[in-house]
Amino acid sequence: MENFQIIVGGAAGEGSKKAGLIIAKMFNSYGYRVFIHEDYHSLVRGGHNFSQISVSSDIGIEAKKDRIDFLLALNEDTVMKHKDKLGVGSVLMYDVSITNTEVLQKDGIETIPVPIDEIINESEGSSLMKNTALVSSFSKMMGMEFEKIKPILEKEFNRETEKNIKVSETAFNKTEKRRETIETGKDPLPLLSGNKAVAMGALKAGLECCISYPMTPATGVFSFLTTVEGIRTCQPENEISVVSMALGTAYAGRRTIVSTSGGGFALMTESLSFSAQSEIPLLIVLSQRMGPATGVPTYVGQGDLLFALNSGHGDMERFVVAPGDVDEAYYWGGKALNIAWRYQMPSILLLDKELSENTYGLEGRYQIEKEDIVEGLNDTGYKRYEGNDISPIAFPGGEAVVKATGYEHTKDGISTETPQEVKEMVEKRIRKGERLREELEVLEAVKVYKEGPVAIVFWGSTKGALLEATKDMNVRLVQPLVMQPFPEKRMKEALEGAEKVICVEMNSGGQLAQVMRMNGIEVDDKVLKYDARPFTVEGLRSILEEKINI
Amino acid sequence: MDNLILPTKNTWCPGCGNFGIQNALKEAVSEMDPGKTVLISGIGCHGKISDYMNLNSVYALHGRSIPVGTGIKIGNRELNVVCMVGDGDTYDEGVSHFVHAAKRNSDITVIVNDNRVFALTVNQPTSTSPRGYVSTTSPKGTTEDPLNPLDTALSLGATFVARGYAGKQEHLKRLILEGMRHRGFSFIEVLQPCVVWFNTFPEYNERCYEMEEEYLPIEKAREKAREWDYANDNQIPLGIFYKEEKPTNEEQLGDIHQVDVLAMMEESK
Repeated sequence: MENFQIIVGGAAGEGSKKAGLIIAKMFNSYGYRVFIHEDYHSLVRGGHNFSQISVSSDIGIEAKKDRIDFLLALNEDTVMKHKDKLGVGSVLMYDVSITNTEVLQKDGIETIPVPIDEIINESEGSSLMKNTALVSSFSKMMGMEFEKIKPILEKEFNRETEKNIKVSETAFNKTEKRRETIETGKDPLPLLSGNKAVAMGALKAGLECCISYPMTPATGVFSFLTTVEGIRTCQPENEISVVSMALGTAYAGRRTIVSTSGGGFALMTESLSFSAQSEIPLLIVLSQRMGPATGVPTYVGQGDLLFALNSGHGDMERFVVAPGDVDEAYYWGGKALNIAWRYQMPSILLLDKELSENTYGLEGRYQIEKEDIVEGLNDTGYKRYEGNDISPIAFPGGEAVVKATGYEHTKDGISTETPQEVKEMVEKRIRKGERLREELEVLEAVKVYKEGPVAIVFWGSTKGALLEATKDMNVRLVQPLVMQPFPEKRMKEALEGAEKVICVEMNSGGQLAQVMRMNGIEVDDKVLKYDARPFTVEGLRSILEEKINI
Repeated sequence: MDNLILPTKNTWCPGCGNFGIQNALKEAVSEMDPGKTVLISGIGCHGKISDYMNLNSVYALHGRSIPVGTGIKIGNRELNVVCMVGDGDTYDEGVSHFVHAAKRNSDITVIVNDNRVFALTVNQPTSTSPRGYVSTTSPKGTTEDPLNPLDTALSLGATFVARGYAGKQEHLKRLILEGMRHRGFSFIEVLQPCVVWFNTFPEYNERCYEMEEEYLPIEKAREKAREWDYANDNQIPLGIFYKEEKPTNEEQLGDIHQVDVLAMMEESK
């Protein structure tokens, strides 16, 4: 199997992200499996942004490697920052105006200057089209056909489309072909970020509203949904308003999604409790970034697991799930919405910066549909909180008087402080949690990959790096997806006979390890990364080899 | 829904201003479509109205009624959304929601039960308590000037601004009805004496008057709103200060319909 890693980088505003997407789409159209890791700083212009594309001829590698095979530089900074990742046989394609030749000299590296300004001038393009010139030269160099890039450019540039195509054509003519790219015979896949996949899964499960406030790295869920015809969206004044409004749309009968990151989620916790008490369905997508506080806002962390599990005042039942790739994000985006509505409780979908914003090929491993909810007869005898566990839900506007409340209440939804009534209502909600726990049996709450005496437990986006890093290792990989109710039994089964259990996480506290211990599962060792960067394949492999003493 | 009052035991203090407001609301709603009305209340004495009325209701958290109400209207534009809120709710805890609902022109009616005190927590000052107000948390008197809610609402661009008085039920009913009929953000400030902590009945009875001229031009309305600043001893004008037609937040949203996700995936290749 062939895999190569490409970095395309430049200053913010130079379009390196777009360039990365075009490259990924080019290989995708040839039937390659692609993955894009996005790296950017918290600024609008300048700085250094890059996309790292992992291209595989067979099974996709959804992680970045330390070694780079192709470095495409829109500016000198990109060469300086990544030159040490190049090895013998690597290719450096760079804007010919980069004159610091010293940085371009490295033994065994094939250097290819691209006359970007000349290409643009001859095509009467603009300086905004440097990225088009560079990716087009790269495509030609790799032996791709111009006819393949043309429709991709047409889709990606809805402004100045003709000029971009002209620039691309000129770049093709001026570049020498040095490699062969041939069709793998596999079909191209939909290329989606985790954020988009979650939104699409939720749409498939009947999503009708999205209420959110922008916050990196979750904004993609919201901004994507604002482009979708057929749903209603609103951006209120703050996250407290967001979650309150979302409870309003849900009370009115609309399946609703909210997306945020840790700081915004912190503001939402007040109404998370309200969702539990009033039994109004609520789905929050919580995409983690490196904290605490503002932390490292455009970089990754997995520090909000315990927060998600314990957020909100008072005892409450909730559903928490953490998908690890884009197929899982799609499936659980829909499933978490279904669960919020079927059980009338808060549902939290945990993502992290990597899964949220990186681009993956959706393999289509899962189907998701809108699931039925228990609806009440909308007549004058309706009581909102009737029943032993899940009460039939009704929406205002019909015959029924629909009461919802944050106070402890009777079956009619009227406040109560009577001990017996309080206790009964608490127990009714507990029974909803028990029913959800029963459903764990039929959900893919824990996944196990490979076999071996050492079990490595991980969650979220570390999946891609782990699958690749342990490819030739005799280890068992265990991925809990559902975090609440914690699938204790399934985890114990998955870890049965393991001589050693190692948790791999992107936080400093070993939060999953803590959750496992709370559930009576021993963890022997931890691999914790908290430099706000994801694991690379090689980096993770060497840590694991040391831990396992291979 | 013939009887809009539930048999729930009422725990408002005897003589509480809330009774008058509830009556005015009941009369107004029965002239609208009660089944299509949703009442959202906050936390405070006023909030109990959710338990007392046979209407669809959300008994929301302190300060959060306005965004909940906005969400309900976004979800279903057929519903009449009435937020029955307190002064602490609206001008303290949830003031950002008040500001933005007015700016957004959400098609909801906000009725503020302004007793100028946190009553249910047994007497603390709110944003409309006068300077020097002595309470359990301001034993030496407050050191801040009160906020003028009407002037604030007008400056925010609220498209319907009125003030009523719990002691003038018929008048208040008209304001509520006009507010509910108005397409856009309706703000009705209601002076509500708290007979236990801040009994303003005598001064309101003496100083409140119904404006002869209503629906004033904006500058005139603001001038009128400043006639009494919640601190001085001036006369207190009541009535509809201002009304303006503007596109509502909700009417500008698209229709909800099924989305073809598989086509979107195909587009993403």
